Amino acid sequence: MEAKEYIESGILELYVYGLLSETENEEVNAMAKNNPEINDEIIAIEKAIIALSSSFSPFISAEHFEKIKEKLELKHSKVIELEPTRNWSQYIGWAAAIILLVGIGYQYNQLEQTNTQVVNVEAAKAKMEKDLNTLQLKNKASETSLAVVRDTKNTVVALGGQAVAPQSSAKVYWNKETKVVYVDAAGLPEPPEGMVYQVWALKLNPLTPTSIGLLDNFKVNDQKMFAVDNATDAEAFGITLEPKGGSLTPTMEQLYTLGKV
Amino acid sequence: MTQDQLLVLIYKKDEKAFTHLYDMYSKSLFAVINVLVKNREEAEDVLQEVFVKIWKNIDSYHESKGRFYTWILNIARNTSIDKLRSKNFNNSQKNLPSDNFVHLLDDSNKLVNKIDTIGIQEFVKKLKPKCIQIIDLLFFKGYTQQEASEELEIPLGTVKTHNRNCINDLRNYLKV
Repeated sequence: MEAKEYIESGILELYVYGLLSETENEEVNAMAKNNPEINDEIIAIEKAIIALSSSFSPFISAEHFEKIKEKLELKHSKVIELEPTRNWSQYIGWAAAIILLVGIGYQYNQLEQTNTQVVNVEAAKAKMEKDLNTLQLKNKASETSLAVVRDTKNTVVALGGQAVAPQSSAKVYWNKETKVVYVDAAGLPEPPEGMVYQVWALKLNPLTPTSIGLLDNFKVNDQKMFAVDNATDAEAFGITLEPKGGSLTPTMEQLYTLGKV
Repeated sequence: MTQDQLLVLIYKKDEKAFTHLYDMYSKSLFAVINVLVKNREEAEDVLQEVFVKIWKNIDSYHESKGRFYTWILNIARNTSIDKLRSKNFNNSQKNLPSDNFVHLLDDSNKLVNKIDTIGIQEFVKKLKPKCIQIIDLLFFKGYTQQEASEELEIPLGTVKTHNRNCINDLRNYLKV
């Protein structure tokens, strides 16, 4: 009798909720101790209310648990003892885990190797592309030079070596129609560091030099074929060596080559 | 794991025991704390404080006092209420939030949306409003029967049985 009535009264729920007075609490404790039915009921009520409330728990951040453990100085404080009783499935589990690990390691290694290969191939490809580009540029420069040299409308002016550099020479290709002037400077020595060749269009009477350009990037230009500004009414061309950036008037002591149209 | 198994572990006071303790009860307590302390960050602080208290005072718990869960549930409620009071400079016991625990669902994307918990949430939504209220007041907010009967305007003598019927519905659903 008693047990059932007691259970149905609803007091056990309040007991689990923690809402009973101390006296009532002691009473329930005593009843539960002597009556397994009541004890089971209490456990079932507890299960239900824990399940209910847990399902309404907002997300708890992952660090939360770690933070408390740190606060309680529980981190790695003790080695967890393994229980001596083992069974088969545990070993199989471990074996599977090890095989899986080895497999993953192998796959990872393979992946790394493949990645390295890909990177190498990419690098080689980039280098070849760069080489090809350079070649194409050189080729284009050669074509331009050739076209200039071959152009029949050009007036060709040969510039001979002067006192400073008797061995040097140059040629000016002057297309009076297209007003384009090219200088072939293959016969000039490399200018010293910090110096640059400057090309002058000259009028002879009276002697008036007009700068028509610098032979910049002399070393880099393999063809030594330079486009310079148009020279209207030039009667002669001269090339002098000037400080970097060029000069307003030619330094006649450094006149390398000179030639009349 | 049953309470008895857990207690054997807990008295060893090692990391493994704490992990079990946390796994078994942190969500339940966190829900209760969130109903009382509505700010989630503060609720996490309270939850931390609660577990620290449980761990440090574990020797003061005896099975003769009642269920272990009931003991920690009371710690969670009291710590939350202390937190509320310290914030509000107000000593009235009735300074509790008016929302019930189902409002935790409003932030549903923040919930631990495991499939099995979604089921219970749906079930609770279908519970009678009176059941939600009574479980909210008694279990989550720790009202006395007297207080609950006033709040719900039902006779004092029916609070217990009313609650029992609601818990029975829940147990039928959960099959416990």
